[in-house]
This record gives sequence, C-alpha cells and structure tokens, in this order.
Amino acid sequence: MLAAPARPDWLPSADFARASFSRALELCCSSASVVSSTSPSGPGPLFPDLRMFPELNNLLNTAPDKAEQGRLTLLCDARTDGSFLVHHFLSFYLRANCKVCFVALIQSFSHYNIVAQKLGVSLTAARDRGQLVFLEGLKSSVEVFFQTPEEPHPLQFLREAKAGNLQPLYEFVRTALTPGDDGEAAWRCPVLLVDDLSVLLSLGLGAVAVLDWMQYCRATVCCQLKGNIVALVHDREDTEDEENDILLNGLSHQSHLILRTEGLATGFCRDVHGQLQIRWRQPTTQRDRSLTYQYKIQDKNVSFFAKGLAPAVL
Amino acid sequence: MAASKNIVTSFQRRGPRVGGADTGGSRLVSIAGTRPSVRNGQLLVSTGLPALDQLLGGGLAVGTVLLIEEDKYNTYSPMLFNYFLAEGIINGHTLLVASAKENPADILQKLPAPLLDDNCKKEFNEDVGSHETSESDIKMKIAWRYQLLPKMKAGPVSSSRFGHYYDVSKRIPQELIEASKWHGFFLPEKMSPAIKEEACSMINGYKKLLHFIQNVIYEEGFDGSNPQTKQRNILRIGIQSLGSPLWGDDICCTENCKSSHCLMKFLYVLRGLLRTSLSVCIITVPTHLLQNKANVARMTNLSDVVVGLESFIGSERETNPLYKDYHGLMHIRQIPRLNNLICDISDVKDLAFKLKRKLFTIERLHLPPDLSDTVSRSSKQDLAESAKLLGPGCGMMAGGKKHLDF
Repeated sequence: MLAAPARPDWLPSADFARASFSRALELCCSSASVVSSTSPSGPGPLFPDLRMFPELNNLLNTAPDKAEQGRLTLLCDARTDGSFLVHHFLSFYLRANCKVCFVALIQSFSHYNIVAQKLGVSLTAARDRGQLVFLEGLKSSVEVFFQTPEEPHPLQFLREAKAGNLQPLYEFVRTALTPGDDGEAAWRCPVLLVDDLSVLLSLGLGAVAVLDWMQYCRATVCCQLKGNIVALVHDREDTEDEENDILLNGLSHQSHLILRTEGLATGFCRDVHGQLQIRWRQPTTQRDRSLTYQYKIQDKNVSFFAKGLAPAVL
Repeated sequence: MAASKNIVTSFQRRGPRVGGADTGGSRLVSIAGTRPSVRNGQLLVSTGLPALDQLLGGGLAVGTVLLIEEDKYNTYSPMLFNYFLAEGIINGHTLLVASAKENPADILQKLPAPLLDDNCKKEFNEDVGSHETSESDIKMKIAWRYQLLPKMKAGPVSSSRFGHYYDVSKRIPQELIEASKWHGFFLPEKMSPAIKEEACSMINGYKKLLHFIQNVIYEEGFDGSNPQTKQRNILRIGIQSLGSPLWGDDICCTENCKSSHCLMKFLYVLRGLLRTSLSVCIITVPTHLLQNKANVARMTNLSDVVVGLESFIGSERETNPLYKDYHGLMHIRQIPRLNNLICDISDVKDLAFKLKRKLFTIERLHLPPDLSDTVSRSSKQDLAESAKLLGPGCGMMAGGKKHLDF
C-alpha cells in the first residue's frame, strides 16, 4: 500500500538517504530562513519571525504566499496525538492572510492561543481584526446545555435526544466564511479548520450526519468560495469503532492531501515521537504520491527527518 | 454568562499584570495547595499521592479531568479517590462528592488520616525493612553506575506544602471533616420518585449532577462570577463509578447501547464547566464492564488524564513470581498537552502499585532476582511469557508491537 518513498524534487543530490542527512547538516549549519531545530538541546529560534513549522512547509512544498486553494486536507492520527498538525495549519493560514473559521471542539481558546504565540501568531489579535472566527466548543456547550438559546445554536445537537443533523453548525460556518458586502479587508481565501471530527461522533451524531456536514461545507467552502478545509479525525482501528471507520474512510476518499501520524512500530522512543505519512491523492488514475518521515516534537517546533536518521540516534 | 471576560482560570497566561483590571491575576499563586507548573505556568494541585504527581508532571492541572479506570473488583481505585478528597480537606479546598451507591457523608468518614511530619518517618520505617532506608544515604559501592538512575519517591521526604502522605489504617479526624466545606450528591436522594420521565437528551441522573455542579460553581464563585474579594479557592469534584448501572446508564449492560452518547455528553459539558472555573475533577469509571471497547477510547479522548489500574486479584498473575511484590499494575494511558506542543511524559512505562499496611505506593516494576538454586529452562520461559504480557507503553506517545515496548 505504501509506495517506496519518492525522491523529493527539491533535493539536488542523487542518493536520497545521503541527501536527507546532508540536509540535516545543512539545517544545522545554515543561516538561511530555516532555524536549526534538529539539535536535541533545542535552543531558541535564531530568527524571531519564524512561525508554524518550516520543515513541514518544505515537506509539503508550500509556503504561506503560495497556498493552494479548493483543497480538503485530512489529518489522521493513530494511537498518538496529531494535534501539532492542527497548530501548524492554524498559524500557517493565519500567516497566509486567509480568513479562518476554527471549530475547536476539544480544547479551549487559550490553549490554542498560547501555542500559537509560541509559533509567532496571536489569535486574539486575529480575532479582533476579524480574520479568525473561533467557535469554542467547550464554552459553547455549557451555554447550550444550561440555557435555552432562542435562535439555533451551532451546537444545538447537544440538547436533542436524537441528534439529526448539523445544519446549525453549517449555517454558522457559512456565515463566518462568506465575505460580507460591506467592503471589509479582502482576505486571500476562506479556510475551515476542524479539531476534531471524532468528538462529533462521540456526542451522538452518526457518521452519515458528519459526512453530510462535510459535504455541505466542501461544496460551499472549497467549490463555491475557493477555500480550503483541514479536518482532524482519530483513527481507532484497533477499538472496532465502526462509525469512526466509516467517517475516516469516507473522508479519505474525498480529500486531496492526507497527513497521517502514528507511533513507531518498535514502540516508545524518547527522541523520535512518531512517524508522519504524507499522501497526495491524484485526481486521475495515477498512483498516489506518498512520503514518510519521522518527527520529534519540541517546545516551539517539530523537526522532521527521514526514517532512521534522527540526529539523536545517529 | 456575562462575566466570561473576567474569568481568570489557570489556562490563561500568567503574565505580569500591571493594571488592576483583572482581579486575581497575580493572586493565582496564593491559593492554598496549588503550585505553578515549571513547564508552562499552569496551576497544579496534588492528587494526594506524591508518586502519582511526579508521574503526571508535577500534579493535576486545575480545570482538567482525571479519569481512573477501575480495577476489576474495585479494591484499589477507591483509594485513589479517597486520597484525592483527603488532599482537598487538608488543603482547605471545597469538595463536591457525587456517588450513586454510597452516601457522600459516609465516604468522607472513611478518608485516610494525614501523616504529619514529625512521626511520619517513624511510621514509614515500620513498613520498610531497615536495609532500604539506608539505601538512599549510602553511595553505592558495587553498582555505582546505578547511583544516577532516577529514584521514584516512595516515602515522605520533607514537609512540603504540596502533596501529603496518608495513613490508610487510620481514619481522618472528625474535626477536620467538620472544618471543611463540602457538598454531597447522592443519586437516590436527588432523583424524584416521579414515574414519568420526559425524553431528554441525557440520562436524568447525569443531567441533575451537571446542574448541581454548575450551581455550586456559580453560587460559590469558582468561575469568577461573584466579584467578591474573598480568597479564591479550588473546588475538588469527585464522581464515583460513573457509567455504572446505578446511574441509570446501560452502557455497561449492552453492547449496542442506544444511549452511549449520554455519558460522552456528560463528560464534554463537565469539561466545559471545569475549563471555565477553578475546579478539578476525579472520576472513576468501571471500564472493564463496558461492553463496547470503542466507548473506552471515546472517553479517553474526552478526558485529560487517564490512569488505569489493573489488580492481580483473581488473575493468574497473583501467583506469578514476577509480580510477587506487587498488588497490581498501573497504566498511565494519557497525559494531556496543555498550552504546549509537548507534554511531561515520564520514561517509566512499567509501573506497579502495592498497598502496604499504611501506604499505597507506586513503583517502577522490578523483576525479582532469580535466586533459585536450579535455574531451569522452564522457569525462565515462564518469566519471559509473563514479561510479554506487560501492558503496552503509554498510548500517548506511540503504540507499537506490545512486546517490544521497553
């Protein structure tokens, strides 16, 4: 199922393994726009205007000024925590001057804010200037549950015994991302970020309802408004969660880019936290392009390296 | 809630506050029984077991949920529950105890007594053989390379304000209970005997408990809504055996439970309440009774810290020579990453607990030395088989092939 890791285009040298190692060295010594984060001691960034994870940008071959549009990116984690990818995409799109609607169901606003500040982006400032629309699931759930809201609340399904659909949530996303007519500052493209979709399944919605919601959002955000969607789903293959499997398979089929994090097959390691598989899905009958890297999460950055070539184990 | 802007919870950055607009910004440190985390300034409270605090990275963060997966016969998880509540009484925190099978007043009567510093060392040395007490003082002569290995704290070391030791053979003094402030939620008392129950989104017991908790938080000002100048305090919530049939939930009875989301909604709204107030919660859940294992994964996802207890009672491990010194294994299934990309995960993966006469200790699992005269091949194979059955490493960081986790 996994293709042999293709040689990335940006590396000039012939041998892929050697290139990765030389790239690691280059990162350590260079004074280019990439901070040397591969050293285990993790010094502070040399260049204070660093944001998101520059190595991940290089791996995905994107940059804030040339973000693609109309794509659905699926983040998936299996038996590990893939939330660092959510932080990456949040700061990436905010820095790319996109209008972001963040449906944060699992953590509070201040959690994302503090991590984003480490990555160089201020969520409170983005919210104040209208670039970020933040739906804080935990706080809103308390409001929905204990008070009776007059108009339909985005998390209306918490009050219903048989949760039907996510239409109020879709209306919320649509109003947040559709550009208004009052001539506000033109953002580059709208982005919907969801963390995470498996929580919606736990709260009583069916997989079909969540897939329908994603379909509506895709039609509006990706096709009509030419924006992007990034969503995180947990992969719970070993616990026989059928609804989750349906959701994950359905979304994998529709997405353009799949980032899958999982633990190492050999068990826990302090220096290598996991493995990231990046998969670009081709629209035609070509085989998907896929790359696998291992990563280590540090305080302000995540460093990526080829399999088995972590600086700590070399 | 109009006062949501002024809520100062432990999840906000504790920067230097020059202006007086946010009251209590610099007073977070002065709440009794709390200390800031060294990693991110998060406010931490003790769980009542200093060894467990050490494993969780210093303590339990205020605003989070600690989920305990009960052991099979519910022998040892009430001990963790009681330690948590006793720590609250010692520190002067307000308690909220909820149970469906035991009256909260009775639960409080059975809390362990605190060990005071002057006689604690004497009490501790009674349980441990004399050769162990001098271990930490004498430098190792033969195995000197092991001197540098981190030692797990197994006994009282100093009179710290954070984290106390308790003597489980004695009850807590009555005057301490009476001096403390506590609220009890006993389900049979709160459920009205009305026959008709309207179809609602959640099981009645859970709904009443949530309203009760929200009422206490609001009335006593734990969410900052009461702008009084009295000293801020922490609310410690303890919920016993959540999800058991006594709560009216059939998640433990049937596999395809139609209302499995009631428990999840409860956890979700509870966490929302905790995040916006100065409270911390411990919940024990009989996960071994849950028929559908997917629900365990969902609950883990919706909680912050998850610790599982596996006792050896009744299993073949009780007579296994590998485990003869211990009463059970402790698995730390999840540690949250709060306000941070990384979390304080400990390197020790194999943890075992034992209940001594007076103390409940958590230690790194040591294989006993093979001192038998005839070291036969079969006995070695038994030990190797048992070693393979040691649980997988913490699922937080990586789940790999089980027998390779070390």
